[in-house]
Amino acid sequence: MSKTVKLITLACVVLFIGAFTIPSNNVGDGYKIGDIAEDFSLENIDGKMVSLSDYKDAKGFIVTFTCNTCPYAVMYEDRIIALDKKYTPKGYPVIAIMPNNTSIKPGDNMDAMKQRAASKGFTFPYLIDAKQEVFPKFGATRTPHVFILDKTESGLVVEYIGAIDDNYKDASAVNTKYVENAVDALIEGNEVPQKETRAIGCSIKV
Amino acid sequence: MKLKVLGVAILLMVSCNTKKTDSVAINEVKAEIKVEAPSTDIQGLEIYDFEGLKPFLNEDDDKIHVINFWATWCRPCVKELPYFEALYEKYKDNDVEVVLVSLDFPHQFESKLKPFIKEKQLKSKVIVLDDVDSNSWIPQVDKDWSGSIPATIIYKKGKRSFFERSFTYNELENALKHFLN
Repeated sequence: MSKTVKLITLACVVLFIGAFTIPSNNVGDGYKIGDIAEDFSLENIDGKMVSLSDYKDAKGFIVTFTCNTCPYAVMYEDRIIALDKKYTPKGYPVIAIMPNNTSIKPGDNMDAMKQRAASKGFTFPYLIDAKQEVFPKFGATRTPHVFILDKTESGLVVEYIGAIDDNYKDASAVNTKYVENAVDALIEGNEVPQKETRAIGCSIKV
Repeated sequence: MKLKVLGVAILLMVSCNTKKTDSVAINEVKAEIKVEAPSTDIQGLEIYDFEGLKPFLNEDDDKIHVINFWATWCRPCVKELPYFEALYEKYKDNDVEVVLVSLDFPHQFESKLKPFIKEKQLKSKVIVLDDVDSNSWIPQVDKDWSGSIPATIIYKKGKRSFFERSFTYNELENALKHFLN
């Protein structure tokens, strides 16, 4: 009984505090699973503007918010390239978007993005969210942060939000490849097994 | 058994300059270390997986616990660390405890984290969380945490606030004041 009372009190306290806490980031905003994602037009490292609608033959997209300067993002670079190589032929290309404010993170500016893409041999577009208007729509909070979209008659449905896999440190020690499992499920016409995951990452600099 | 544990603790304290401590041993001797080694001891690094970290998030005493998740590679985290230090300095006599939970990468413990702790002369307790399966433990820290850092918990017994954000000193102090009588 007293435990129940405690729990209720705790819940009230949490709600009370919550009611007066102004969220300083976009947690809770942005796309949820099942939402229709809006298209965007962002500048690529080759100077051209890229929109999802440019990809007539794509069945969907692996939209990945990433950057040069976050060590977690850097540790995943090779795995993002591998995802693109594996899934572009299957209709789900990687679209990488750099969301940071480059006046705070000069290491993420367009020149640095070009250099990084060239030295790593990025096979996918590496776009800059220069006005920082796209990442809040998605509700991206960190790098890397992945959103898998599936093209349907009603639009681009958000099917997965989260991490690439469950071991940032060691690609060979990964137990669950969240993104691969999700895309494989979409290709097979199945339900995505794990629709949302969380991981530590660098906050997006605004 | 107790003697053995104490022995390990002493051994750890003596050898911590050269010996890399491992999490199992640390877990065993946590109680002793708390008593015998002050939080200003920066030579040895306490490294935990999430199970080992849990007790720090659920202390059932009368103190206010401020738990900050940070890393040396996280610029906004490093920027706000002095505020946590100042908060600890000002309120440590008011039963306020500050624990800085580093999410630094294991390969940088020696090259970055330890030199950083030494250089900044951190007075708050610094521990390390090394647990790759973040999808399983992030929601256990707080259901609303997306995983970006800095992130901070302030709690006292059943009362708890979670912040996935950066603080100025005033903002941090105001957050703490909700917990002060």
